[in-house]
Amino acid sequence: MAEQERVLDVDNVRVTFDTPDGEVRAVRGVSMHVNPGESVAVVGESGSGKSQVMMAAMGLLASNGRVEGSVRYRGQELVGLPLKALNDIRGVKVTMIFQEPMTSLDPLFTIEDQLSEPLRVHGGLSKREASARVLELLELVQIPNAKARMSAYPHELSGGQRQRVMIAMALANDPDLLIADEPTTALDVTIQAEILQLLADLQARLGMSILFITHDLGIVEAFADRVYVMNKGLVEEEGPTERVFHAPQTEYTRMLLAAEPEGHKAPVGPDAPVLLRGENVQVTFGRPKGFLRPDTQLHAVRGINLTLRKGQTIGVVGESGSGKSTLGRALLQMLPSTGRVVYLDNDIEGLDRAAMRPYRKGLQMVFQDPYGSLSPRLTTGEIIAEGLQVHEPGLSRKERQRRVAEAMSDVGLDPSMRNRFPHEFSGGQRQRVAIARAVILRPQVIVLDEPTSALDRSVQKQVIELLRRLQVEHELSYVFISHDLAVVRALSDYLMVMKNGEVVEEGPVDAVFDHPTTDYTRTLMRAAFDLTSLLRPAARTGT
Amino acid sequence: MLAYALRRLLGAIPTIFIIVTAAFFMMRIAPGGPFDQERALEPTVMANLNEAFGLDRPLWEQYAMYLGNLLRGDMGPSFIYRDMRVHEILGQGLPVSMQLGMTALLLAFVIGTALGSIAALRQNTRADYGVIAVATFGITVPNFVVAPVLSLVFAVILSWLPAQGWGRWDQMILPVIALALPQVAVIARLIRGSMIEALRSDHVRTARAYGLPARMVVIKHALRAAVLPAISYLGPAAAALLTGSIVIEQVFNIPGIGRFFVNGALARDYTLVMGTVVIVAVFVVVFNLIVDLLYALLDPRVRYD
Repeated sequence: MAEQERVLDVDNVRVTFDTPDGEVRAVRGVSMHVNPGESVAVVGESGSGKSQVMMAAMGLLASNGRVEGSVRYRGQELVGLPLKALNDIRGVKVTMIFQEPMTSLDPLFTIEDQLSEPLRVHGGLSKREASARVLELLELVQIPNAKARMSAYPHELSGGQRQRVMIAMALANDPDLLIADEPTTALDVTIQAEILQLLADLQARLGMSILFITHDLGIVEAFADRVYVMNKGLVEEEGPTERVFHAPQTEYTRMLLAAEPEGHKAPVGPDAPVLLRGENVQVTFGRPKGFLRPDTQLHAVRGINLTLRKGQTIGVVGESGSGKSTLGRALLQMLPSTGRVVYLDNDIEGLDRAAMRPYRKGLQMVFQDPYGSLSPRLTTGEIIAEGLQVHEPGLSRKERQRRVAEAMSDVGLDPSMRNRFPHEFSGGQRQRVAIARAVILRPQVIVLDEPTSALDRSVQKQVIELLRRLQVEHELSYVFISHDLAVVRALSDYLMVMKNGEVVEEGPVDAVFDHPTTDYTRTLMRAAFDLTSLLRPAARTGT
Repeated sequence: MLAYALRRLLGAIPTIFIIVTAAFFMMRIAPGGPFDQERALEPTVMANLNEAFGLDRPLWEQYAMYLGNLLRGDMGPSFIYRDMRVHEILGQGLPVSMQLGMTALLLAFVIGTALGSIAALRQNTRADYGVIAVATFGITVPNFVVAPVLSLVFAVILSWLPAQGWGRWDQMILPVIALALPQVAVIARLIRGSMIEALRSDHVRTARAYGLPARMVVIKHALRAAVLPAISYLGPAAAALLTGSIVIEQVFNIPGIGRFFVNGALARDYTLVMGTVVIVAVFVVVFNLIVDLLYALLDPRVRYD
């Protein structure tokens, strides 16, 4: 296709950030293009520079960022374009939707206000005309009860609805190209499937091009005609999606494709000793109606029974808000709950901090966020040793050092790194630190709350293998909480599916995955494992 | 929202009760009394005075009496301003102090917001460093230094403005500036920080990505988010202005409640000091409530019911 007909043409773009630690070259000479009506995906792991190419193209780099090279929209150069001229293109011809539907909309303005702005600024619409068009747009993106929703504020909408509002905003001025930067990463799988379906449907009806930036190969396969694979600021491989997925030509693409979690865990025998048992566990937040005070009660966990045996891994899945994390915390008595929790024949329900302390050694937890859950002011050695100081205060300094070194090599970290601070580690390494902090106490049970969700697939795979090895070596039992069904399937032998604080289905992992009995579980699985058939029903019947 | 406001006002009653009680007994622990003078009074005169003002009765009885009168809106007779009830004295001074304080607060908010925004938009430039310097100056130099210096320069040396008094607009200028300066400094620093954060936020990026004019991005989307922390500071700021005005009122000879407070405390005028404490406490509680309600109006995410 001739070059001037391309919607977007990126030519040898380089992006550099000036940081206190020197220059960081985030993008090192990238060329790509988008043809009219095409779906193109840019895929890569975090730090690959995949978002920064488009940020640079749209003049949205952070203030310490610089761009060189050329980005042309329909032949018009965007790099170095004065702000006024650029503002005639962005939000009109080229629009964007972002990863965080929670924060991408201004919390202080109504949906109508925000959707009207680009219409009035670019299209010169009157207030009334804009209002009519906003309603039309909200109906287009299938917001239920659109008319009433116009006066809502972003926080009154769910994550999926907010992303629909963002899409409506992107479509407002009939764009040529829609750039979607990880638009579904923060959403549940079922919502993700709905949003992707909506985008595919809108593209078929309106004919714009879509450039999809993502780390999720499942989405790429289901959505894109063509794909660019990025790694370390360069394009590693490009080509039609079919070809790249079935005949990858570079080592890196092969590694990405192979990084889907795999493996299988054999169930434990029925005579394995019971370590942790929860009976009718309930957690309620908020307060009942009081004097001049409305009822704010939220029943997060409603009467759950759970039996964890030695060596077992119970996977707990569910969408956000289903109460799965709350259940994990309630089991470890980290928040007030009712019911009964028995650990090694001791009733630990409702114990206060001091009474709970002796049991904490055996009941450990690893959290989702490897950035937020490690103190930035302690060295990793200090972080890992902290629990020992509480639970085994008699240890000599030397012995403690030895145990830290042992725990670090246990999780695949070089013990010589013990004097480094958390910010010097990558996300995957930090999660290893968090795991070392738990295993150093030689616990029996570890509650893993989304431990792999913030990690790239290739790193995730390593962490899964680590957890599996530690389980065998130390005879650990896990409660594995995750929204990621592929990871849960690889690690667990028993599965609980939660919705609205209740367990809707449970059983041995294979039984539930192969023969789900509830619609809810079936929907979850289809959204997680079968995006392609959802988005390309025609392609599927064709093959 | 109404239920919330009502609940907060009811909740303020015990707070004010505790403040009144603590102030009452602390006042009595301080040595000396309202009728002690350099030359001691005749014991019989002293006894008569004490009896007339009820000071001869047991302390708890005096306390109960004071509370009873307070509930009826009577703050008792002043001990040093003879023939005046305390609420009459404060009734004259309070409007003056309020006018002074509120003008200073408004000025501080407007100027502080403007300076802070400029600093944030021109981060790490001379304008930014200039604002930081002014802010540091405003916070570190106490107003009992600023006020006399302003008076000396603009009233005595340049003769541009009157040095004292109250009633004409030009008499307000120097005291309002002296009173507002520290608050300008605090608010400018607050706004600078929150504005820098707001400019980096995702929704401002969205506004930019949708080609909105720079002015609209900054004023409508960034600034509105950035003033929210400054709004919550207005409660403590109002309290600081009321206490700060005690010094300013002395320096510029303004008939507000500040000088009654000082004179009353020095002369052990129990009822006058108590009255001032009650007024200030009520004011701070009510103003904080107003600020919280204002916050809820500006930020739709905050709902109290």
